[in-house]
Amino acid sequence: MSFWDNFNYGQIGFQAVEAIVKILFMVLGFLMPLASILTWMERRQSSMMQDRLGPNRANIPLPWKWHGKQANWRMWGITHFMADAVKFIFKEDYVPSKAHKFLFMWAPIMSMAPALIVAAIIPFGAPLCWGEMRETVGYGNACAQPVGLQIAQLNVGLLFYFAISSLSVYGATLAGWASHNKWAMMGGLRASSQMMSYEVTMGLAVLGSFLVFGSLEPGAIVAQQESVTSWGIIYQPLGFILFLTAAIAETKRTPFDIPEGEPEIIGYFVEYSGMRFGLFFLGEFLEIVTSSAIMISLFFGGWHYGTTIDGFIAAHTPNIWFIPKSLVFSLITLVMWSVKIVLFCMFQLMIRWSLPRFRSDQLMRLGWQRLLPISIANVVVTALLILLVQSWNH
Amino acid sequence: MAVGVKVVNRPGSLSQQMYVPAIAEGLGVTFRHFMKNFFLNVSGNRKKSDIATIEYPEEKKAYPERFRGLHRLMLRDDGQVRCVACMMCPTVCPAHCITIVAEEAPDGKIEKRPKIFEIDELRCVVCGLCAEACPCDAIRMDSGEHAHPTYRRVDGILDKDELMSRGTNSTAVQGGVGAFWREKVASAPQTPPTGDVAPLGPPAGPTPVVDLNRK
Repeated sequence: MSFWDNFNYGQIGFQAVEAIVKILFMVLGFLMPLASILTWMERRQSSMMQDRLGPNRANIPLPWKWHGKQANWRMWGITHFMADAVKFIFKEDYVPSKAHKFLFMWAPIMSMAPALIVAAIIPFGAPLCWGEMRETVGYGNACAQPVGLQIAQLNVGLLFYFAISSLSVYGATLAGWASHNKWAMMGGLRASSQMMSYEVTMGLAVLGSFLVFGSLEPGAIVAQQESVTSWGIIYQPLGFILFLTAAIAETKRTPFDIPEGEPEIIGYFVEYSGMRFGLFFLGEFLEIVTSSAIMISLFFGGWHYGTTIDGFIAAHTPNIWFIPKSLVFSLITLVMWSVKIVLFCMFQLMIRWSLPRFRSDQLMRLGWQRLLPISIANVVVTALLILLVQSWNH
Repeated sequence: MAVGVKVVNRPGSLSQQMYVPAIAEGLGVTFRHFMKNFFLNVSGNRKKSDIATIEYPEEKKAYPERFRGLHRLMLRDDGQVRCVACMMCPTVCPAHCITIVAEEAPDGKIEKRPKIFEIDELRCVVCGLCAEACPCDAIRMDSGEHAHPTYRRVDGILDKDELMSRGTNSTAVQGGVGAFWREKVASAPQTPPTGDVAPLGPPAGPTPVVDLNRK
């Protein structure tokens, strides 16, 4: 029995190919480019907020002249991220002599990898209708054989997200420990205490959404948010604020940048240089993207924009030449989803450049004395309301 | 009690204590700045936006009027150097960056002129004493240019020709109107000097009264 005998809808070979294609697209086509561009966007956006101009000079010279001048592909300096990458790669890969070599080299990867792995459960568009690609689009329950735009449909869903994203604390802590530097050590300790504290709030914040939607699987949660009135933010406004706060604390960015603490300790990556530092940097932005994606899936309807807009697009999507309409529709929803993601990332960048940072004790007080009781109250109130509504309906 | 600690109780308003409204207010401020700067910048109205950046090599900020920049040697009406090699400026220069070698001027009315006039701009401390000491408005620092970067130190030394290349005619009229110019102006109006030079003397109208003995 060969591989191709299994290549029918729903069989193992098909699912393997499907998953690999989606992983390649998600990692190479979406997450990495967006996270890289965010490194430039953060600097440019913050400068615009602070009445500066920001990095706009990197460009790629083109081999022709334009109005007598050397032609450049400048694009407002968007190529800065490529220049940064080239610089990082060619910098010296310095390892302190007393560092624990193995952990020192693996810590950046351990801090970046979880952000890539959690992307597996994120639904990023309307499903493709396998076998009837030219006839139907994946809106509503029209498909007989849907190929969901989601790498893995796990029933544990959000628990998987917590399990993996809490692993990134190892990257930070081990980086701090392996560097053999007291400032890095302190940063690593701060990172571990902070991330564990806010993990609790995050879990309880999601519990409210779980009660509302009755599912932990992001695909199923998104499918329930087709109309704007059923978006999670309507049912769980407090849960959203709690989740947002905890998610920013998880990414270790201002106002929660205690582990980095640029003005005092440089943080757990103080001994890192070159691309290893770049991996920490990129991991931070990847976490922004994935936490934005999770927030959008839970509270802002995933790729849905309400029944009116989605229904209109679904009804009017044509077959374009050899591209079937199901694929066209999925790509449109993918772009619409990306717009939401980018806006959300920009919002997170805006928070980072607007708010002053907490002190370490203030951070702990906020986490344990404010957010945790509020999140517990949120869960209790949500549960009571759901019970009331259910008994009312009976 | 070793150290006196004064606890200052600063209760904020309710919206500040709740964090979220205060944060929303702060985000509103930054968002407003971002939107204004972003859209004005994209639409090409940089001047109307709040952006303070000057993109240096392409656009330069004008120096203030009294900025002391590179030296220049002023010119006579016939284009000769105005300097009479009186050695005032190298004498007063605290950095000893001015070198003058005098020679006899071919013009009979003028005794001396500089044969060599060099200023080491790398040693110059830009104090402006040379321009202040000059009795005949020959050396000035109002070129509006700062010292140019050079690859070799010797290129930082400007010679007479370079200093004169920035020179223009002086507003002080050549030939010496003399100490009694007020009377001369009052009796017969001066013919305006040739060239791109401001006319001598007080502005038209009544002569301003200057009390030299005022305290």
